[in-house]
Amino acid sequence: MTTIDEYLGTSAVANVKRAIQAAKDKPEYNALLALCEERALEQASKVDSGEIKGRLAGVPFVAKDNFLTFGAPTTAASHILKDFNAPLQATAIEKLEAEGAICIGKANLDAFAHGGSTENSVFGPTLNAVDKDRVAGGSSGGSAVATALGIVPFATGTDTGGSIRQPASFNGVYGVKPTYGTVSRFGVVAMASSTDTIGCFATSASDAQLVMDVMAGRDARDMTSLPDFFEIADVKSGQKIGIIKEFMTDDVDAGVKQSVIQYVDRLKSAGHTVEEVSLPILKYALAMYYVIVPAEISSNLARYDGVRYGKRADAGTLSDLYGKSRNDGFVSENKRRIMIGSYVLSSGYFDAYYMQAQKARTLLINAFNELFNTYDVLLGPVSPTPAFKLGENTSDPIKMYLADMMTVAPSLTGMPAISVPARATDEGLPVGVQLIGQRRHDAQLLALAKSVEGAA
Amino acid sequence: MAEYEMTIGIESHVQLATVTKLFSPADNDARNKGPNSVVDPIDFGLPGMLPVLNMRAIELAAIAGRAMNAKIASISRFDRKHYFYPDLPSGYQITQMYHPTILAGAVDAPLDDGGSVHVRIHHAHLETDAGKLTHYSDYSLVDLNRAGTPLIEIVTEPDMHSPQEAKAFAAELHKLMVYAGVTYGDLYHGNMRFDVNVSVAPVGSTELGTRAEVKNLNSFRSVERAAEYEFKRQVALLEKGERIVQETRGWDDSTGRTSSQRSKEDAQDYRYMPDADIPPIVLSEDEVEKLQANMPLLPPYYREKWAGLGLDKSVVDSILAHQSYAVLIASIQDNAGDDVAKRVAHWFASGVSTDEETAEVASNFVPEGYVELAQMVEANELSSTAAKEVFNELLTGDKTPREIAEAKNLLQVSDEGAIASIVDEVLADPASAKAVADFAAGNEKVIGFLVGQIMKKSQGKANPALAQKLIRERL
Repeated sequence: MTTIDEYLGTSAVANVKRAIQAAKDKPEYNALLALCEERALEQASKVDSGEIKGRLAGVPFVAKDNFLTFGAPTTAASHILKDFNAPLQATAIEKLEAEGAICIGKANLDAFAHGGSTENSVFGPTLNAVDKDRVAGGSSGGSAVATALGIVPFATGTDTGGSIRQPASFNGVYGVKPTYGTVSRFGVVAMASSTDTIGCFATSASDAQLVMDVMAGRDARDMTSLPDFFEIADVKSGQKIGIIKEFMTDDVDAGVKQSVIQYVDRLKSAGHTVEEVSLPILKYALAMYYVIVPAEISSNLARYDGVRYGKRADAGTLSDLYGKSRNDGFVSENKRRIMIGSYVLSSGYFDAYYMQAQKARTLLINAFNELFNTYDVLLGPVSPTPAFKLGENTSDPIKMYLADMMTVAPSLTGMPAISVPARATDEGLPVGVQLIGQRRHDAQLLALAKSVEGAA
Repeated sequence: MAEYEMTIGIESHVQLATVTKLFSPADNDARNKGPNSVVDPIDFGLPGMLPVLNMRAIELAAIAGRAMNAKIASISRFDRKHYFYPDLPSGYQITQMYHPTILAGAVDAPLDDGGSVHVRIHHAHLETDAGKLTHYSDYSLVDLNRAGTPLIEIVTEPDMHSPQEAKAFAAELHKLMVYAGVTYGDLYHGNMRFDVNVSVAPVGSTELGTRAEVKNLNSFRSVERAAEYEFKRQVALLEKGERIVQETRGWDDSTGRTSSQRSKEDAQDYRYMPDADIPPIVLSEDEVEKLQANMPLLPPYYREKWAGLGLDKSVVDSILAHQSYAVLIASIQDNAGDDVAKRVAHWFASGVSTDEETAEVASNFVPEGYVELAQMVEANELSSTAAKEVFNELLTGDKTPREIAEAKNLLQVSDEGAIASIVDEVLADPASAKAVADFAAGNEKVIGFLVGQIMKKSQGKANPALAQKLIRERL
């Protein structure tokens, strides 16, 4: 793994060449769908000539392929956008480029970010950075693996229900899902508008902090974006941390639990208090999530119809054009979620499902806020298991959804949550600890993680 | 045969006159622009695009609401309405299903018989317009210029009971929206469109009949005709013992008929949901008050202001047809009094089009010229015929009425000496001999002929009253 520091103050062209070579050396992981070689070198010369300066001058990164970028197509790992070349770039990418960062490639993901293993990519799965028989996690699997393999020191990702935190956990890197609205969603292929967040992967808390600080801020093109608040926070000593009981049940892998407990010990040694807390409503979080998110997905994916851009199927009638283009253009998981979403929004079911889930969501937010009256940070595993085997869950969507049970709650509440690398399991599989904070306390979480970094 | 009563409710779509679209920075004025030339990636439904609310549209909606005496919601929200059609790039229309900006209100529309119809407004919501499809033999073309244009849809209660009331409401609503400055109101370009819901039931029935909705009417006359046609069609069906089908019908202006487009059975499920991309809109009472304080004066104000002038409804209607005429007459009334205002009002009524749907005739809205013209008539400097001629030129020119009258040689001669010599000439003319003799025999009417001869000889400039007086003196 590499850090941002290694790339600062050196030749940007050399940095880009090094990253691209590293990517080319490891094709078997299928972490990257495309390299932006030509454009990356152009950007690098601008950095080397001093035309572009900044806090990330000459630092290579990869963007999850649901970020609109120049230099390579933006496919969302789907059939329908396979050849889609974006006419503009996402705000997050523009901000990174403005600070001198250079996008060298587009990272693999589950098609339209639907999934938790990157096995739903039409370009094939990304392999786990530690164990090639295992999944990368998802949906931002390519970004996590590219970072973990040291191809780049950081990568962008999106997290709607765990898509940054879970692959970060599976590959042993930092993953940041910020407070909803921290980074503009403009120019990122939408999944679920009310929980989509833009975040990053990095190999240290400071690097993650720096990347988030660059990407964050109010954007006139996203009405839900928040004013810039990502300033460095001081960690007050003796924080009160709650370990969530519902995330430490017997259903959770023993190795994962061991790693979490070891991390808790580190926190305690650093002078923080850790107590068990209970959030009984958490058992409904997954149900809320799989009503609200598919509803928003069914809406956000309506634009992919083959009429204006993307792959258009041969068809004799308008309804065939829609039917065939969408049938060919989406993978099964996309269709499953569109169908669930359409069902819960349909007349007669809207109140019973969608509105009910939204009411429950309010209760979930209240329950978390209640705990934050007493605790500074909440803690638990990111995922009930380490990375699972390729193909292990693909035939059982419910099992796949259950793997999200620990990550969906902060997505629904809009609160920041990060995945911090903890001690690996005895088999050597990475485990991530999840730190959850109050809205806008993102920097505090990273500062806390930094304060115990490497203390193992 | 039973007697039937009709009940009508109207949904009106009003395109707002904003500079940019409801959720994108694209130019909102697509008139005379090439297809797909005012389309932002947001309107195009490109991946990753997000709506950015145009606050001016919210302000215009609040003003529109106040023009209908409606309450404005302190918090309103946007929702998505889903359907697949190539004119709808995102696969959903952004509208306000659950929390509209404009709440209940009412419009009083004057009727030709001097009465009026009170129409309650249920609510009005903001939404985006769709693009336009043009169909050819084996393909269709999509133009997204109109996609994303802000609309308000105004929904009435079923308070109208005749085609005339429906027409009167549509016309009054149009005036209110144009006067309030929320729309250009160009019906030809579809700035306002009406969906008319018609049902019939036996007189005295407490239940409404099944309604049919005639969609996309773009003139007041077609609102009236479509309602008339629907009444007859539905009554005929009921008389035959058949049932009315709840459905959407189209209107053919050339045949004057409606025809079925879609029945309720194949109505789509729009899967409405809140739009999470757009935060709730908060409008305080203070903000609404400020907007209302700057709202231009509306037709009901002018009607009341002119109530004492003794103008016919048709004269008032012609002036109200264009706001600039109403503003001009009101200003004349304030500065030069009722009599002058009334005189100018009559000139306008007969000199300009009485139709809201046609363009303004006048381009000169400076009151002084019209006031001077009225005063010249009162001072007998111009005949009423000559005054109309001067008025027509005054409407579009920048010359004073005196300059126009002089250039056209229309000023009346009121100099007794000058007229006397013409009178003498005419009376001496052998062609007048018979009239002179008849007058002497007691036939008063022939004096008109003699005055006419004098007017002719003076090329219309002689003061006719003075001419008559001089004739009488001589005979």
